Amino acid sequence: MTEMTIKKRRPKNLDLPTIRLPLPGILSILHRVSGAALFLLLPFLLWLLQSSLASSESFAGVRGVVGHPLVKIILLGLIWFYMHHFCAGIRYLLLDMDKGVDLEAARLSSKIVFAVSIALTLIIGAKVLW
Amino acid sequence: MVNRLLVGAHYGLKDWIIQRATAIIMALYTVIFLVVVGAVGPASFEAWRGIFANGFMKFASFLFFVSVFYHAWIGVRDIWMDYIKPAGLRLAMMILTVAVLVGYTGWAVQILWRM
Repeated sequence: MTEMTIKKRRPKNLDLPTIRLPLPGILSILHRVSGAALFLLLPFLLWLLQSSLASSESFAGVRGVVGHPLVKIILLGLIWFYMHHFCAGIRYLLLDMDKGVDLEAARLSSKIVFAVSIALTLIIGAKVLW
Repeated sequence: MVNRLLVGAHYGLKDWIIQRATAIIMALYTVIFLVVVGAVGPASFEAWRGIFANGFMKFASFLFFVSVFYHAWIGVRDIWMDYIKPAGLRLAMMILTVAVLVGYTGWAVQILWRM
């Protein structure tokens, strides 16, 4: 009974082109996409670590692979995914603790997540890859 | 309140907490790792290897990997539960996910302790 009345009162908007995902929503789906991508790339990352630690020859080999422009771009994307997942994750931990749950604060914190994660990606990318 | 059937004694609280606990471990390790790499500046093989030869970093790195794998299990499981509806396929994907993650754990041990 109560379920029915709640359902009836819900507003419906199925005109999809008029719906724009707000920034916290984009952050959220990127959190999932980045997590899935990092999971899929785990064997590549473990292989990189293994080769870089095994011997000085394989270390030089890894430097060669990482020096390739295409690999650099992939790694830069990977660093961004990691940093986005990291920063967005900290935001979620704060939301769990009831901090910044108001609309304005949540929007502001999602902007901060994008700014900080992109800045960290550029700094780390510049230090490690170039 | 939402009317729903509750089946079994597992409501996901344990996974919810582990997801967050592993997140905190990974976040701390990320900061430590970046500081160590920034301080050592591992341009050479010896310097890079030296980071992981250190007993504390070996322990912390292993803890990090175990956290990554458990955290990945919960996240990937959530993705399968959201998007894969046929129960058989979903179960197969979950088993495959656990299998690769257990394998990665062994691989990580080998990488860290073989040196």
